[in-house]
Amino acid sequence: MTAKEILSLTAVQLGKKIKDGEVTSVEAVKAVLDQIKAMEPLLNSFVTIEEEKALEQAEEVQKRIEAGELTGPLAGVPVAVKDNICIDGMKTTCSSKILWDFVPTYTATAVENLKRSGAVILGKTNMDEFAMGSTTETSAYGVTRNPWNPDHVPGGSSGGSCAAVAAAECFYALGSDTGGSIRQPASFCGVTGLKPTYGTISRYGLIAYGSSLDQIGPVAKDVTDCAAVLEVLASHDEKDSTSVERKDCDFTEALRDDVKGMRIGIPADYLGEGLDLEVREAVLKAARILEEKGAILETFDLGMVEYAIPAYYVIASAEASSNLSRFDGVKYGYRAKEYDGLHGMYKKSRSQGFGPEVKRRIMLGSFVLSSGYYDAYYLKALKTKALIKKAFDEAFSKYDVILGPASPATAPMLGESLNDPLKMYLGDIYTISVNLAGLPGLTVPCGKDSKGLPIGVQFIGDCFKEKNMIRAGFAFEQSRSYEMPQMAADAMAGKEEK
Amino acid sequence: MSKQYETVIGLEVHVELATKTKIFCACSTEFGGAPNTHTCPVCTGMPGSLPVLNKQVVEYALAVGLAVNCQINQYCKFDRKNYFYPDNPQNYQISQLYLPICHDGHVEIDTPAGNKKIGIHEIHMEEDAGKLIHDEWEDCSLVDYNRSGVPLIEIVSEPDMRSGEEVIAYLEKLRLIIQYLGASDCKLQEGSMRADVNLSVREAGSSELGTRTEMKNLNSFKAIARAIEGERKRQIELIEEGKPVVQETRRWDDNKESSYAMRSKEDARDYRYFPDPDLPPVVISDEWIGNIKSRQPELRTEKMARYQEEFKLSEYDADIITGSKHMADIFEAVTAICGKAKEAANWLMVEAMRLLKEHDMDPEEMTFSAENLAKLILLVDNGTINRTVGKEVFEKIFAENIDPEQYVEEKGLRVVNDEEELRRVIEGIVSANPQSVEDYHSGKEKAFGFLVGQTMRSMKGKADPGAVNRILKELLG
Repeated sequence: MTAKEILSLTAVQLGKKIKDGEVTSVEAVKAVLDQIKAMEPLLNSFVTIEEEKALEQAEEVQKRIEAGELTGPLAGVPVAVKDNICIDGMKTTCSSKILWDFVPTYTATAVENLKRSGAVILGKTNMDEFAMGSTTETSAYGVTRNPWNPDHVPGGSSGGSCAAVAAAECFYALGSDTGGSIRQPASFCGVTGLKPTYGTISRYGLIAYGSSLDQIGPVAKDVTDCAAVLEVLASHDEKDSTSVERKDCDFTEALRDDVKGMRIGIPADYLGEGLDLEVREAVLKAARILEEKGAILETFDLGMVEYAIPAYYVIASAEASSNLSRFDGVKYGYRAKEYDGLHGMYKKSRSQGFGPEVKRRIMLGSFVLSSGYYDAYYLKALKTKALIKKAFDEAFSKYDVILGPASPATAPMLGESLNDPLKMYLGDIYTISVNLAGLPGLTVPCGKDSKGLPIGVQFIGDCFKEKNMIRAGFAFEQSRSYEMPQMAADAMAGKEEK
Repeated sequence: MSKQYETVIGLEVHVELATKTKIFCACSTEFGGAPNTHTCPVCTGMPGSLPVLNKQVVEYALAVGLAVNCQINQYCKFDRKNYFYPDNPQNYQISQLYLPICHDGHVEIDTPAGNKKIGIHEIHMEEDAGKLIHDEWEDCSLVDYNRSGVPLIEIVSEPDMRSGEEVIAYLEKLRLIIQYLGASDCKLQEGSMRADVNLSVREAGSSELGTRTEMKNLNSFKAIARAIEGERKRQIELIEEGKPVVQETRRWDDNKESSYAMRSKEDARDYRYFPDPDLPPVVISDEWIGNIKSRQPELRTEKMARYQEEFKLSEYDADIITGSKHMADIFEAVTAICGKAKEAANWLMVEAMRLLKEHDMDPEEMTFSAENLAKLILLVDNGTINRTVGKEVFEKIFAENIDPEQYVEEKGLRVVNDEEELRRVIEGIVSANPQSVEDYHSGKEKAFGFLVGQTMRSMKGKADPGAVNRILKELLG
């Protein structure tokens, strides 16, 4: 197989070809490393690339596949991992200066699960610093660009993972989603992203942002890949007390092109003011396609939507202010060169080590937890969270799946969002309630706007009902074919000519 | 002092639980160990690590709570207490603020005025911090995280105590209950039990509380008593001088017998407590509580009654022996081996207590084995050694836990029963002390005792006292 043929495959397709002996894991890793070399000067999807380790792993995995020890659908397939997920011996920075040299001595359970299934890890992908941001511009290691148009952002915070999948720099990637950090960049980059029900994938080894909202999830070229990866990632983990023991993790079982009788609700609140007309049109078109396939469509009022953003920023920032206090220059990571005394060291190390968006959220979170403000902000936000969950519970008593946009607009230009953080926060409006309610969400590409930027449709399932959402996403996906950004295709074509 | 004052005292007692592993990870809680060897990503606050609650911690906290008549929060939660300090690797301590595991209990203490109830406001579970070591020579500080994550319970009393004596009685009571439950060894010196004293004074008869201070760094019952007396005087002096008492945390220096202010209320920290999102609420079922209750070991009152009943000890003896769980454990083990409860009680009550007092030790610090004391009792009982030699041997057991059988052989301490040798020695004593012999014959009983003493001394105590008496009487005619 040529490099271009390899790189055009989905993860599950590549896994099958490796198993069938049509291509080796080493060949796939070499192809993808070449693509990384071609794309990285422009995109900057990666913070760390582990070329040698990846090749070594590929050789070992290939042997084990040939020996019949590894038989899973993803054995030998190269993967990229977001840089807030710890891997023993591999630099993990959270795209922050404060962790510039941090090398964990332990591996996240999600990555252990991948390794057990024969995954080959290529390196760590860029992100908004500590997953705080919606554009991957707050990274201390430079912005990542959108492979569909490098003047635009890839979204965030898993922008590196989504850009890497779109640009064929890997076959699938791990992201993390606290308020939409997988689903929004996946929609901006024209790839598929899935956030499972809270508790489905262990958070052990995921560097926490908002612990009660964080979930790891897959980013891939299609719904089939996402379901297959999720099946590998989902596990009950004794090292994570919030991990749930589930027996219904055969997600690929739901990959059926059949939505007959499926009840799909579209929140009217998700189609109103602030939604770009081209996005609205593409999302409604996706809904109509499912209706044609036999789904029962209905528009309804979800309610509580306007309270989701303030509740989210109070809860996530409060947790973040505490989670990030361990980065103090004492034990690991960045320490200021010159300082006076212990508190001087804390202040200088943290002032120099954190970027402005992280500082903003630490200050916001510290404020809402302060005595005298706790009830007015934090407790009220928790009550709001409970009401949002209730609103979804009511909706799911009527519908199997909720359908809506992933983001109000397509990817903004670089620099456009940073000057106006409030506007950036508002961009999360369709994704964050899903985290507040602990629900699963899936975004699937559903078209492009007039500028040629991808649009994503979001499917939301009830807790532990990923299968409904996977089924709807898969059925919709059958109506279109996967499209790769031109620049990624060009990079492969260039290699073919050489 | 013109006015009468009343002292109002409440205590915050931290107790290190006797679990084998830490509260949120599987690291050992063992004392000592080279710095940072009992650590892992969780108890060193590495990014991405997560806490997992040790169930045994909940069980100990429940057992203590039930034993001190607390209500149980069957839905309790952990909260984060946020503050920056290097001994705290995450810069927050996982503790309980909003829904502590136990609340509203009490213990009864004996006071000269009779029994008194001391209320317990709450008991909560939390993690201990690491230890900072300041290296003056290198001008740097090092952190040892071996203690980080060791489980603690904090027992917060109501302000129900009025004197140092009541405080000590309350602490003794708590310590015994917890030791009997096996939940902690409660050693103040080693820090497995620590008490902070909240104290205020008010004019006698007043129902309003005065401004209180919190006293820290109290490492012994004596220090606590001294600190209470010192702080009471300090506050009364301020009031008499018309100066305000400042609400503050103070540190007691037991060598100087005085305290100094650490921080005042104005610069009190805002800990920004909030529920820890990494730990789901702990749900405690009726069944679980029932299990803990049914597994509750024999507490002191029951043990005292049993000792009187089963071993026929006097109430006084039973009281002394059960006054320390460790002492009671030794007593029962010794009795089980040698079957001589009275003897076991005597050795502990008389000789062990004397040595403890002499060395200013707690009963918990006794390290000898029950086997060795049991052997000693049998050696005396079967006449292999006499009681005087036995006392010497006991001192060696107490200090070095020697094997008495081996020791008696090595040192040749067996009672001399050899009639001829005894007779020869006593003849010598009689002829060397003609004045005493004369005194004896003139009816001075004391002289006989003197001659027995001389014989024993000459025999280095190894003589059988019965035989000495008999032979001496015979020789004196």
